[in-house]
Amino acid sequence: MDIPHDKARLSLFAAARVVARRDFHAILFSRAFFFFLLGPLFPVLVGAMAGGIGGQVQREAAVNTLALAMAPADNAAMLRARERLAPQLGQGLPTLTPAEQQIAPEEILKLTGENYAAVISGTLTAPVLTGPEGPIAYWSGPVALLAANAAADTPAAYPAVTRSPTATSVAAARSDRIRTAQAGQLLLFLLMMLLAGMVLSNLVEEKANKVIEVLAAAIPMDAVFFGKLFAMLGVSFVGIAVWGSFAALIIALGGDALPSLPTPALGWPLFIALGIVYFAMGYLLLGSLFLTIGGMAATVREVQTLSMPITMMQLLVFFLAAYAITQPGSLLELAAATFPLSSPFAMLARAAQFESLWPHALAIAWQALCVLLFVRFGAALFRRRVMKSGKAGRAGKTARRAA
Amino acid sequence: MAGTPLGMLTQPSAAPRPLTHTRPLAIEARGLVKRFDNTLAVDGVDIAVPEGAIYGILGPNGAGKTTTLRMLLGIIDPDAGVRRVFGNDRPHEVARLIGYLPEERGLYPAMKCDEAIAFMGALRGLPLEEGRKRGRELLENHGLGYAIDRQIRQLSKGMAQTVQLLGTLVHHPRLVVFDEPFSGLDAINQGKLEVMIRDLARGGTTVIFSTHVIHHAERLCDDVAIIAGGRVPYAGSVDLARDRIPAQVRLETARGEGVWRSALPEDARHDHKASASHFWHFPIPDTGIEALLKRLIEGEAGILSLSIERAGLHDAFVEIAGEAAARALAEDAQEQA
Repeated sequence: MDIPHDKARLSLFAAARVVARRDFHAILFSRAFFFFLLGPLFPVLVGAMAGGIGGQVQREAAVNTLALAMAPADNAAMLRARERLAPQLGQGLPTLTPAEQQIAPEEILKLTGENYAAVISGTLTAPVLTGPEGPIAYWSGPVALLAANAAADTPAAYPAVTRSPTATSVAAARSDRIRTAQAGQLLLFLLMMLLAGMVLSNLVEEKANKVIEVLAAAIPMDAVFFGKLFAMLGVSFVGIAVWGSFAALIIALGGDALPSLPTPALGWPLFIALGIVYFAMGYLLLGSLFLTIGGMAATVREVQTLSMPITMMQLLVFFLAAYAITQPGSLLELAAATFPLSSPFAMLARAAQFESLWPHALAIAWQALCVLLFVRFGAALFRRRVMKSGKAGRAGKTARRAA
Repeated sequence: MAGTPLGMLTQPSAAPRPLTHTRPLAIEARGLVKRFDNTLAVDGVDIAVPEGAIYGILGPNGAGKTTTLRMLLGIIDPDAGVRRVFGNDRPHEVARLIGYLPEERGLYPAMKCDEAIAFMGALRGLPLEEGRKRGRELLENHGLGYAIDRQIRQLSKGMAQTVQLLGTLVHHPRLVVFDEPFSGLDAINQGKLEVMIRDLARGGTTVIFSTHVIHHAERLCDDVAIIAGGRVPYAGSVDLARDRIPAQVRLETARGEGVWRSALPEDARHDHKASASHFWHFPIPDTGIEALLKRLIEGEAGILSLSIERAGLHDAFVEIAGEAAARALAEDAQEQA
């Protein structure tokens, strides 16, 4: 192959593509990718389990017993009314227990060893419900129903309640969109958490297999970094396609039964497109940083040691962006949108809340520049710190000996 | 094949000096310096390798050979000095013209042999399909046809090393750099590698290799650089290096004494075993061999044999790099063996 001197090097893109292609295939056909695909199942399973347990605990912990502190005849009438209505209303009715001591309702609530949500006193025609605001608001209806049934076997007809819904206000719509912004940020965060570990240990393989020197001699280290980053990005898009198809299937099957999010300010198509771009940018930014940090590690064990502070750092960045949602237009939001690592999160939230497009163009350009700078810095550091000597530890000693 | 030698270079150059060579240089380095933390790994290395030469870099492990090669290839940057590969001071700009076999061999274990070779070619700009095709041919030609579809992890160390060597050459580089290419190879494969290096040079490829086994360099190289303690006390032809030590006369006589003795230098070494001839070792006298012979014959020394022994590269190495470096080199060679 007689190559002219002016074509004697691969372009950065071509060199990165060689590395990316190798990595992409190697990861895609590895066990690690299978676990990567299973990755999102774990938070979903844990979330579902935690939700189930929490709900159960909440149900069990919720107090639905009211103390009866009326006249004894009224107490008995109330109990009979409950017994009568229970087959129809069941859980909708409070459990009624006559108070054992004839003391003021406030004092009954303070009795240790008892666990009343509220106390019913007064008469059947004018019952008084004493207790904290929440429980008395919740139970006042059922108590009125019980009192009415206790006072007369056949109570008068209840008046119909007229419902009058109002259109949501602008403030309410923006407030609703915060939910979409939060959901978008959370999804972005989860995806990046899944990738972080894989990126962190990415260069360890090359170092362990001693392939790194072959790569470093043939192509610039920038190309190695870009190749590895884009390979992982490609792998993550495959993962997202799989998860997305699964999610689409669930949505198609679940239909209206599933909870829905408010439409983002930029509309769903643009929001999703920006979400993909911000995911790519966020991943490339974090990935280039992780690749550099991981590249400094010599073994998988060192990588594991590094992963905890890095996860904490990811959380901090996420919290910053998440908190900035509540302060639109503030200095904090500007800081979150400008700081490279939190910028994709903050800007995705912005896409959910505001209509203007130009900040996104600016942010994407800024993030791309930061990716370039991070990779350049990481590659330079890697070359300086890692490619030190042929046989570590011998150079100094033997060189002195030889001299 | 000898380019104009740089000669004795013991001090780092303050600034690059123009070099004059009859052939264009594949590699030119001036005053390369590299420091790692508190260790001065390379301290002013000058090297000039003409195109088509077989060039050896000799020195014990840790002398600075690998660091020098890495600087020449652009894997690391020197702290000071200049390096040019095919006239380009950014080696990655001409990376497609270069093949490199590092000292610490490494391939992806899950790759098949032909894929590994193709991948190494692709890194140097060879299309993947072409690389795979050439890889299969190379494997067949080197007796590894049966292993084409095997993963690297399934190969022996020597086989994996051969695969990497083939990957280094698959794109037909104009410059091949081998870092300790003979280490880890058995004698048969060392011989095959020597043949391969000669074939490459015959085809016009420049070959540079580092080694701490001097006889490989002595057999193969036109020029060598001796590195010790991060410096290059000698860079030039193998012949000139050997000529630094005067040739020795080995004389065998029937008699031990006589007037002819005055023809020998006073410090001539004398070995004599009972009922055997006398052996004398001394440098060629200033008056020359003919005058010496005449006096020996006239003095009736009873010459049984006389030969002139040229110094080997090892002797030159000891002379140039010093006893300490030679000892380190010998230890490394022993470790390797």
